[in-house]
Amino acid sequence: MGANLLANHAEAVAMILFGIGFSNLLLQKNLIKKIIGLNIMDTATYLFLAEKGYIEGRVAPIVVDNVTSVGAYINPVPSGLVLTGIVVSVSVSALMLSLTIRLYRRYHTLDIDEISTLLKKNEKA
Amino acid sequence: MSFVQNFPFFSILLSLGSGVLTSIMNKTVARIWNTFILIVIGAMSAVLFVYLLGTGESFIFMMGHFPAPWGNEIRAGVLEAGMALFFCIVMLFSIKGGQEHIDSQIEESKVNLYYIMINLLLSSLLALIYANDLFTAYVFVEINTISACGLIMIRQNGHTIEAATRYMIMSALGSGLLLLGICILYDITGHLLMSNIKESVAALAASGQYRVPLVAAIGMICVGLAVKSALYPFHTWLPDAYGYSTVSSAAILSSLVSKGYIFLLIKIFYRVIGFDVIVGSNVLNVLFVFGLIGMIMGSVKAIQENDIRRMIAFSSVAQIGYIYMGFGLGTAAGIVASVFHILSHASTKSLLFISGVGLTDASGESKRFDDLVGSGFRNPVAGAAFTIGACSMVGIPLFSGFISKLLFAQAAVHDSLAKMLPTLICLAVSTILNAIYFMRTVICIYTPVQKKGKMEAEFPVKKNSATYNTVLVLMIALNMVLGCTSQVIVNWINMGLAMFG
Repeated sequence: MGANLLANHAEAVAMILFGIGFSNLLLQKNLIKKIIGLNIMDTATYLFLAEKGYIEGRVAPIVVDNVTSVGAYINPVPSGLVLTGIVVSVSVSALMLSLTIRLYRRYHTLDIDEISTLLKKNEKA
Repeated sequence: MSFVQNFPFFSILLSLGSGVLTSIMNKTVARIWNTFILIVIGAMSAVLFVYLLGTGESFIFMMGHFPAPWGNEIRAGVLEAGMALFFCIVMLFSIKGGQEHIDSQIEESKVNLYYIMINLLLSSLLALIYANDLFTAYVFVEINTISACGLIMIRQNGHTIEAATRYMIMSALGSGLLLLGICILYDITGHLLMSNIKESVAALAASGQYRVPLVAAIGMICVGLAVKSALYPFHTWLPDAYGYSTVSSAAILSSLVSKGYIFLLIKIFYRVIGFDVIVGSNVLNVLFVFGLIGMIMGSVKAIQENDIRRMIAFSSVAQIGYIYMGFGLGTAAGIVASVFHILSHASTKSLLFISGVGLTDASGESKRFDDLVGSGFRNPVAGAAFTIGACSMVGIPLFSGFISKLLFAQAAVHDSLAKMLPTLICLAVSTILNAIYFMRTVICIYTPVQKKGKMEAEFPVKKNSATYNTVLVLMIALNMVLGCTSQVIVNWINMGLAMFG
């Protein structure tokens, strides 16, 4: 257990970061802090993928100097997944930020619970 | 390779491409084009469905000339083609039924954006149905979320923006878990294609290696998709999103978007992890418990509502609970019942939303029950359609809701005692609760207005457009077809699930 943890310390860090991001996204009231949480969570997943895809002593799979043996390169798929994931998370963050701006312009607060209370009040009035 | 086998790829590409084209069209052209595309994709899915029923086996379509472990694949069987066809039909009905509201409630310049979102949503649903690659599925899950968010907030008011924000937060949590689950699965198996992962998972399960990461990955994927499809207690965004968005969006969101995620989950059960491993991991028991709680709590919340749209929305929470309860039974019969309930709920819920809006229109746009009194007389077609939808939800024979309740009960009886009793009790309680709030609504809309003078003058009889009436009649017909030819449909579902194998 202890030895495993030491060997996989980067993965452990990724999981802890994921937890931090996840709980921020779930529990923070402030919308901006929620979005920061979202980004920490996504980045933690990419750290996990990147760490899993890297093998000590090998290089990115771009052929230079005619080295074609498989043993010289890492698997490009995890890096590709990270890139795809970054694109997805950029668009999700952009959408969340634009929603936040709209809410802020209407209600002059970033607190999602306060916005809900205001909405309920308006309904009754 | 037969030409028909290109159809899954064509449908996805056609709806994606038409989204781009729609952006340069004006409102009227976009509307006609969108209808045309939906009909074409529906027809292609129908042809594919008939073809697959004929051949009796699924096929794999290679994307981009790279063979199996490297390239991307899509795969089609009877269940996939049938779902695609059904989704197209329900989407077409939902849009046509809410057409007047799309035109009146959405800003003039944004109407073609609405159709772009519809196209995007359709293409992501089709991709979720056909994808044979987990990471592709993840990307389309996100596209689905973003386009659904667009559908909610296209009608701009405080409620929809808040609902869209809450929806995005919940969805981001769900997709975070899903992504991490997929990454761990990729990490321990080394594959992203569903069939390859299944082989590796079977080997891992047999050898007992990586047991904890495997269970963790299964748990994260299941919980992630459950959060995204609004399983109780992750439903907080749902009533506002369905209650205040334009009616077509509400119908599409409740009947299709959440079902897309659930269909992906079924595919993951059968095609990625393998059903025996899933049952062995006990994750399904967690879904079972939350499904049961959702069935009861959704109905209780619906009874407390005083707003017809929000009431229908809370009823969705209960119905999603039914579907997860079916998964939780952990038998093939339970899954069949759940798949049937996906069809039954999608057809009934869109009918309820579309007919509900006819009733509120006949009551001065008010959604409160006090104002809805007698609206069944002011808008007879919508009143009749709502009554039929309500009967189907409660589970009256002839309609689809009865069959799904019957299938759930049959599946439960053949299960172990520990699962049979709670399932049957919750089914009974939930049915009674359903009856309470739906029958209350039906009685309300058919109560003659008291002759106290002004009420009747305020709300005149509503004249529906011909399209609206036709759509309602077709939706009722769809519901009754599901209810009356259930044996054939259940056979098809069984055949489709066997093809997953």
